[in-house]
Amino acid sequence: MAVGLFPALAGAQGDAVPAFKTLDSIEARVQGCVTCHGQSGQGTSNGYFPRIAGKPAGYLYNQLIAFRDGTREYPPMNYLVAYLPDAYLREMADHFAKQRPPFEAKDAAPADAAMLDRGKAIATVGDPRQGIPACVACHGARMTGMQPGIPGLVGLRAAYITAQLTRWRVGNRHAAEPDCMKRIVTRLSESDIAAVAAWLARQDAPADLSPDSSNLVRMPLACGSQR
Amino acid sequence: MRQPTLIVRPGLRIGLVVAALIVVGAAVLVLLRPHAPTQTQTQTTVAAPVAANAATQYLNRGEYLARAGDCIACHTTPNGRQFAGGRAMATPFGNLYVPNITPDDETGIGQWTADEFYTMLHTGVSRSGALMYPAMPFASYTKVTREDSDAIYAYLMSVPPVKQQNRPHELRFPFNKRELLVGWRALYFKEGVYVPDPGKSAQWNRGAYLVEGLGHCAMCHTAINALGGSSESKAFEGGMIPNQNWYAPSLTSNREAGLGHWSEKDIADLLQVGVANRGTVYGPMAEVVYNSLQYLSDEDVAAMAVYLKTLPQADAEPPPTSQARMVSPNVMELGRRVYIAECAMCHGTEGKGQPPQFPPLAANQSITMSSPVNPIRMVLNGGYPPGTKKNPRPYGMPPFAHILNDEMVAAVVTYIRVAWENSGTPITPAKVSELRKLLPE
Repeated sequence: MAVGLFPALAGAQGDAVPAFKTLDSIEARVQGCVTCHGQSGQGTSNGYFPRIAGKPAGYLYNQLIAFRDGTREYPPMNYLVAYLPDAYLREMADHFAKQRPPFEAKDAAPADAAMLDRGKAIATVGDPRQGIPACVACHGARMTGMQPGIPGLVGLRAAYITAQLTRWRVGNRHAAEPDCMKRIVTRLSESDIAAVAAWLARQDAPADLSPDSSNLVRMPLACGSQR
Repeated sequence: MRQPTLIVRPGLRIGLVVAALIVVGAAVLVLLRPHAPTQTQTQTTVAAPVAANAATQYLNRGEYLARAGDCIACHTTPNGRQFAGGRAMATPFGNLYVPNITPDDETGIGQWTADEFYTMLHTGVSRSGALMYPAMPFASYTKVTREDSDAIYAYLMSVPPVKQQNRPHELRFPFNKRELLVGWRALYFKEGVYVPDPGKSAQWNRGAYLVEGLGHCAMCHTAINALGGSSESKAFEGGMIPNQNWYAPSLTSNREAGLGHWSEKDIADLLQVGVANRGTVYGPMAEVVYNSLQYLSDEDVAAMAVYLKTLPQADAEPPPTSQARMVSPNVMELGRRVYIAECAMCHGTEGKGQPPQFPPLAANQSITMSSPVNPIRMVLNGGYPPGTKKNPRPYGMPPFAHILNDEMVAAVVTYIRVAWENSGTPITPAKVSELRKLLPE
């Protein structure tokens, strides 16, 4: 019986198994990340673990520091990085920011057409009546993020996006002050969050996965993480 | 380089001369401190080609000793102001909130005298006269010399004062009654500065002084009983750390963390670097290395290693033989296959690891010791050793909680406990299930 469980294990993981070529390398050092985020940070089949590959290094570094210092709460991450120094977290962030692995299969959680329309509207034009700016205004026209501190949104699953926006809304997640995302999520309803998450998770990866440079556009809200 | 430790106001030249004479004459002091912690002192006085003046050296020494005592670990909240307290310390009796020990006059210890500070450290009685809860390791700190206490005091007075009110403890009845501490103290507290053992070397005594005193290793490595006490007869015999759910292995048994069979170099590396050829620190011990031990001088860490190596008694009986026979072939095969797929890349097909980057699992006491808690937690949650001055970029182990079910974790932990002549015992999926419910910390 127990042995029978094993083939499922071997089949499902692919790139999430520890592997590296050279012992003295950053690849070998970040094996602690791979069972959740994949060998190149592409994410895994588990919807909750985000793709981290190609996100701006500044964003990834801010998150690692926040996990270490407890200002972003997720116990498995808080525990893993609790005793790692700044310079090393910076090196890990730089490593995953440079990765450009192909995308995992898109999320296909059920969503009706009206919901996807609402999601698309929020993401691409915003909702001026509610004071909600478009996602693309800061996360970039290709939604690959903006240097140095704004993450890409493509390649994330709906479960992860919904969880993060909800955490922001209830005050569990923060960014550097002024916390622009905090201002935005207070204007989003629960159904808005579900809608924008569902739409974002269905988008194709653009040809160029690099984040926008920081001086390309002027942002509608002041964000502490861009300073 | 040795600092005249008895002077309170180092600016007085006469005081210096007198104190220097006292130090020269004080054999006990020399015995306690055969190697001044010179390395860290020079490291903290950045880019000063001239020798630091006496006052600076004195404060550096206080800072060094405060590091050795790991004051910061409890008295600072993550991301909080240094020594401002406020950190919740979960105990089986309710939450304690650690006090502000910055020199703020109103909310900290700014008005304390060196005498009051020493009384607190030595006897566990606060300036107000209140008996202190033994979460403050005064049962260990009582061994600290007056000179060292004064240096720590001087250092704490030199850090920025932070105005932050102490938060009242949230202890359940009857533990919120401090009068009960009289009974606790009668049972578990023995006051007294460390007395060097004249039959042992100066180095051994220095190690014992650090381990038993400022290091307060007994706080975790001696079992805590239902009253929150640890009895001297059980010193360093290991036990579960309350509320952290890690097992602090025995330092007296070579079947656990007993270091009798380790080289002094490996012991010192484990303490100061965080990784060694024989094993790696994770969890609560990673915190100790990160905040405290990595800052100790090579001499002091070597002294601790010399002392720790002598703690285990010679094994009374031969080590048990492999329990592999007791494991059903199906479980053994599942464990082996999980091991080959997930673990062998770093730890090797024969469990030899790639030390010190990836620890060996064969002949690793922390894998085979009777409590299987730590290896199960490592498989579920993974872990990074602390980033230290001598190992700033440690290698990490990923979590497997989301990939392996209880049967698989039990099988692979059983496998590493019995394979390669390891002398551990099999574990059950139920034990994995129990630990899976805990948050990683």
